[in-house]
Amino acid sequence: MHRRGVGAGAIAKKKLAEAKYKERGSVLAEDQIAQMSKQLDTFKTHLEEFASKHKQEIRKSSQFRVQFQEMCATIGVDPLASGKGFWPEMLGVGDFYYELGVQIIEVCLALKHRNGGLITLDELHHRVLKGRGKFAQDVSQDDLVRAIKKLKAMGNGFGMIPVGGTYLVQSVPAELNMDHTVVLQLAEKKGYVTVSEIRESLKWEKERACHVLDHLLKEGLAWLDSQAAGEPQYWLPALFSELLSQDVTPEEANQMTP
Amino acid sequence: MVVCEKNVLLLLFAKRKMDRFMWTNGLLEMNETLVIQQRGVRLYDGEDKAKLDVGGVVLSTHRLLWRDQKNHECCICIPLSQVIFFEEQAAGIGKSAKIVIHLHPAPENKEPGPYQHSKYSYIKLSFKEHGQIEFYRRLTEEMTQKRWENTPVSQPIPTGTGPKAGRTRAVGIVGIERKLEEKRKETDKNISEAFEDLSKLMEKAKEMVELSRSIANKIKDKQGDITEDETIRFKSYLLSMGIANPVTRETHGSGTQYHIQLAKQLGDMLQAPLEERGGMMALTEVYCLVNRARGMELLSPEDLVNACKIFESLKLPLRLRVFDSGVMVVQLQSHSEEEMIASALDNVSDKGSLTAEEFAKLLGLSVLLAKERLLLAEKMGHLCRDDSVEGLRFYPNLF
Repeated sequence: MHRRGVGAGAIAKKKLAEAKYKERGSVLAEDQIAQMSKQLDTFKTHLEEFASKHKQEIRKSSQFRVQFQEMCATIGVDPLASGKGFWPEMLGVGDFYYELGVQIIEVCLALKHRNGGLITLDELHHRVLKGRGKFAQDVSQDDLVRAIKKLKAMGNGFGMIPVGGTYLVQSVPAELNMDHTVVLQLAEKKGYVTVSEIRESLKWEKERACHVLDHLLKEGLAWLDSQAAGEPQYWLPALFSELLSQDVTPEEANQMTP
Repeated sequence: MVVCEKNVLLLLFAKRKMDRFMWTNGLLEMNETLVIQQRGVRLYDGEDKAKLDVGGVVLSTHRLLWRDQKNHECCICIPLSQVIFFEEQAAGIGKSAKIVIHLHPAPENKEPGPYQHSKYSYIKLSFKEHGQIEFYRRLTEEMTQKRWENTPVSQPIPTGTGPKAGRTRAVGIVGIERKLEEKRKETDKNISEAFEDLSKLMEKAKEMVELSRSIANKIKDKQGDITEDETIRFKSYLLSMGIANPVTRETHGSGTQYHIQLAKQLGDMLQAPLEERGGMMALTEVYCLVNRARGMELLSPEDLVNACKIFESLKLPLRLRVFDSGVMVVQLQSHSEEEMIASALDNVSDKGSLTAEEFAKLLGLSVLLAKERLLLAEKMGHLCRDDSVEGLRFYPNLF
């Protein structure tokens, strides 16, 4: 009778087939790793070809760098993950961003006593460019943002807070929650904020406003001007230091457009 | 880039520029038409500010004129035929937008002007009251149309292509313009070609990513069927491509040869700096130190973190430590936790109380790390805090 197909024998056969498949499964993975090795070599050749033709582009054109980074992100590749990767080794894209990382850290460290570890992206950009000198490659704000994202791996609280149309770069592990961020955004227009302004715009109670402002004071992110006309003003050096930059020479000041 | 080519070309000429200007009464000649004028312009001789004040610049069909805003008698001009090439220079912080104009050397029969000699081969117009966009546009038009060639004016205006110009004859203004235009087109073409090649490259990279995902899935499903060796190889492939390991989510775990080597290098390199800094350094400090020393083939932040993570397993005398605040430091193994806390307590007791800044000064540490030590001592119950708007101050815990 045909029902023999579903007996003990059939089950045993099935088990054997499964075992064989399992065996094949592991062989397949091994094969794939070997295959990957070959494909990697091929890819390396293509990358070398690309580098020989276009390596300059990466260094010279920030537009090209943006495009490159976005494409990598789309396919799930991080060209900056390791200095030992193909991308940095052959395209030289690593050194550009890693060095930028060093410069960013140094600028933030140098200004920390003034602004508590908070700086606008504009000011950071300006100072990094200055530090690089006239003949260095151009650095865009996009480049800075990507370099900062990489720095996050080292702890130390590197982060970016959106304010107005730009960002504040945080370089200290000060805890800043939503309340603090909102007050920073409010202060962005004038560089300072008062308790009344917070209460008016955000509809908070006095305690909440004071609590947030006290925290900012403690972290060194805000300075108190208790002699201001009206009520005390809380100034954020990160936001106003660009306007009062001590690096503008009298000559340059004369040059500024009215 | 185009700039290099220009400089090479200009080296063939003499490098004298502001001396191309001539005094003029500022009146337009017959057949010469006004194109555009703009006030609030300062002249530069190359990179140096001209010894003239702010004035108004006038573009005519034949010349570029400049007149002092306060002293209208002071008016100088230069024929447009002297212009080889010009470009915009964007405004910066505290700096107005400019137009940079590169000029032929002064011909010998030139009329007198404000400068006898100039070491530069170009001048700049600095637009303090804006207007540079329109001015640039009109200048481009005039330089393209070259109306001065068709309508000669009664007053002799020296051109740059006279017989006395010497070597300039070999590379006439038209030839240079064409070459520069070609160079510009080629640069544009290079960029679009680069983008095309980039897309193709990315397609191939995408294949690698998909393959690696497939492998990772197989590894996940059949644990233990891949040899240790193969896993290590696979991880190194991911490292090369910058693909995040789909299994562990890290771009590469411990165990790649590169990081082992790196960790050992760091072990050697950081001994002395750590001793100097009280046995502890923030990871960002280490990053800067190491990369500045290397100069090239720099470490990525992730490389550094991953190397530091394996200090312990390699029996190196360094440790990576993460504080509650998220701050990451490298510390000497010899500087144990108890020692640090004891030292913090000693110092605070000695002075009665300390802030992080004061403690930092005492030990020669960074404020950040001084604070972390005080916080640690507090956590262990040896110190307590007084938190006010004047700052955070630590006292010995007497409870």
